[in-house]
Amino acid sequence: MAAQQQTLPLNGLAQGAAVHYRGDHLLVAEMVERGSKVLDVGCGEGDLLQLLEARGIDGRGIELSREGVNRCVAKGLAVVQGDADADLVNYPDDAFDYVILSQTLQATRQPRAVLENLLRIGRRAIVSFPNFGFWKMRLQLLIGGHMPRTENLPATWYDTPNIHFCTIKDFVQLCDEINVKMERAVALDLHGRPVRANLPWWFWNMFGEQGVFLLSRAGNGK
Amino acid sequence: MEESGATTTSMQSIASPAIHAEDRAQEADHPSSPVAKFGIDQPLQLDCGIDLSPFQIAYQTYGRLNADRSNAILVLHALTGDQHVANIHPVTGKPGWWETMIGPGRPLDTDRYFIICANVIGGCMGSTGPASTNPATGKLWGLDFPIITIPDMVRAQTMLIDRLGIETLFCVVGGSMGGMQALQWTAAYPKRVFSALAVACSTRHSAQNIAFHELGRQAVMADPDWHHGRYFEQGTHPHRGLGVARMAAHITYLSDAALHRKFGRRMQDRDLPTFSFDADFQVESYLRHQGSSFVERFDANSYLYLTRAMDYFDIAADHDGVLARAFRGIQTRFCVVSFTSDWLFPTPESRALVHALNASSARVSFAEIETDRGHDAFLLDVPEFFDISRAFLQSAAAARGLTRTDA
Repeated sequence: MAAQQQTLPLNGLAQGAAVHYRGDHLLVAEMVERGSKVLDVGCGEGDLLQLLEARGIDGRGIELSREGVNRCVAKGLAVVQGDADADLVNYPDDAFDYVILSQTLQATRQPRAVLENLLRIGRRAIVSFPNFGFWKMRLQLLIGGHMPRTENLPATWYDTPNIHFCTIKDFVQLCDEINVKMERAVALDLHGRPVRANLPWWFWNMFGEQGVFLLSRAGNGK
Repeated sequence: MEESGATTTSMQSIASPAIHAEDRAQEADHPSSPVAKFGIDQPLQLDCGIDLSPFQIAYQTYGRLNADRSNAILVLHALTGDQHVANIHPVTGKPGWWETMIGPGRPLDTDRYFIICANVIGGCMGSTGPASTNPATGKLWGLDFPIITIPDMVRAQTMLIDRLGIETLFCVVGGSMGGMQALQWTAAYPKRVFSALAVACSTRHSAQNIAFHELGRQAVMADPDWHHGRYFEQGTHPHRGLGVARMAAHITYLSDAALHRKFGRRMQDRDLPTFSFDADFQVESYLRHQGSSFVERFDANSYLYLTRAMDYFDIAADHDGVLARAFRGIQTRFCVVSFTSDWLFPTPESRALVHALNASSARVSFAEIETDRGHDAFLLDVPEFFDISRAFLQSAAAARGLTRTDA
């Protein structure tokens, strides 16, 4: 607990509360300013939204699975059934301070369009995704000769919602291409702990199990 | 409302009602519910341009209004419902139509919230409608009653809420036509509604739904006992026409899967077909029972007026055809619920509402519940629906600062 709270000081959470939350969720929550308005795209069963609401953040969610949505709504969360590819277009520009896409980018049909929409409806976007450049992934393909499967991504290639895997390097390139500014980037290891900062990209791309990015529009303030 | 099993009726057509017209007439003018009367100084301004006055609203309440007057929930009833939402019905003797939802410890917890349910304008259970006496003539209104709309019903409800001394409702709750009223409340009086639970409904009536309503109205009007709406002067009631209207409507409240599960092709009290037009099949017997029990308690003209009100409903049309404009800047918290097998108000209608609310950045929860019970699911024992309703109200109550001891 102590270690986690040192790396991620989260004001507003009760002492000891932090241990119940996933590492990447704590990191995302720490990136969001208090009092802001947030949309969590692909909010699952609402764990991150509950963490955000506990911090006094006005959180909304979209979730594809009906079971997930209904569990969220039964927790009193403002969640609607929907799909990142089809439903983000319905939101107006600048509707939110932050739009979060947590571990969902790889499951979208049009990741680029989704990313562009995130930064249209939100002033900032926080995107986390599994890094397909992680050494274990590389090793499984190189040595094992099969599509990688890990603790966090246990699905087989023929039965997975994840249709657009990318590496941290790929994602950084996409951000450059669509003129998105990276305000913060963090790589997390297998245990959800941040990989040491001030290391070159190639190191993160090799040893980060997932990447978490705080993004804004380049030329923000327009 | 769905009822378990089929009854053992073998009539060729809808039975004439066991409850006499006088009993209904009594409830229409002098209901057993409390009544709010509005004199000629407080007319109800109707969308058709007519000022209705005097008029009255019959209502029921449950629970206690807190000192801040901040815990009031207005329950809006559906087409053939009424204000008797959680008490024995004075005409039929049956339990309230939403007793599963309302009561101590239930999702609409009467230990915590003050529940109000009023008969709609145009209804026949004590609020002014075609079955009421027109004070100008001393005769029943019949078809002289002006055409009313969903916004008219809601406008009348605001006058009742004013009368009860409530500025802001904690929640408006309704399914089907009740959901339409809830949405009309939020669109027309957003500052008076803290939260809204809209179930199995839509912001407009679809062409298919208008078509079904027209079928029902034509069935009523084709009955010779209807007498151009003046059946009460002839001592008749168009029970056959109204019964057929109810049978057709009832099919739309269920689903193919539910009918198949409940009845299949099973026979009613017989093993072989009778080679006649008797109710051989259980599903026929069930529908006839639905028709005949409905005509006992409902006024035929009222049915015409209320179906018409639903047909005219279209929130977007009042906002240049753009639904999102109806909810611009709204602070009301919404919970929208649809059911997978509801083909009267299918999920895409709810989704369109949710998209419009998203475009207004409203705080909205939207759940689609899987069930084969069709549109009627909102009146039935569907635990997932209760859980969602309860949680939505609890979270809204926390945001409103309602504590348990408020009630």
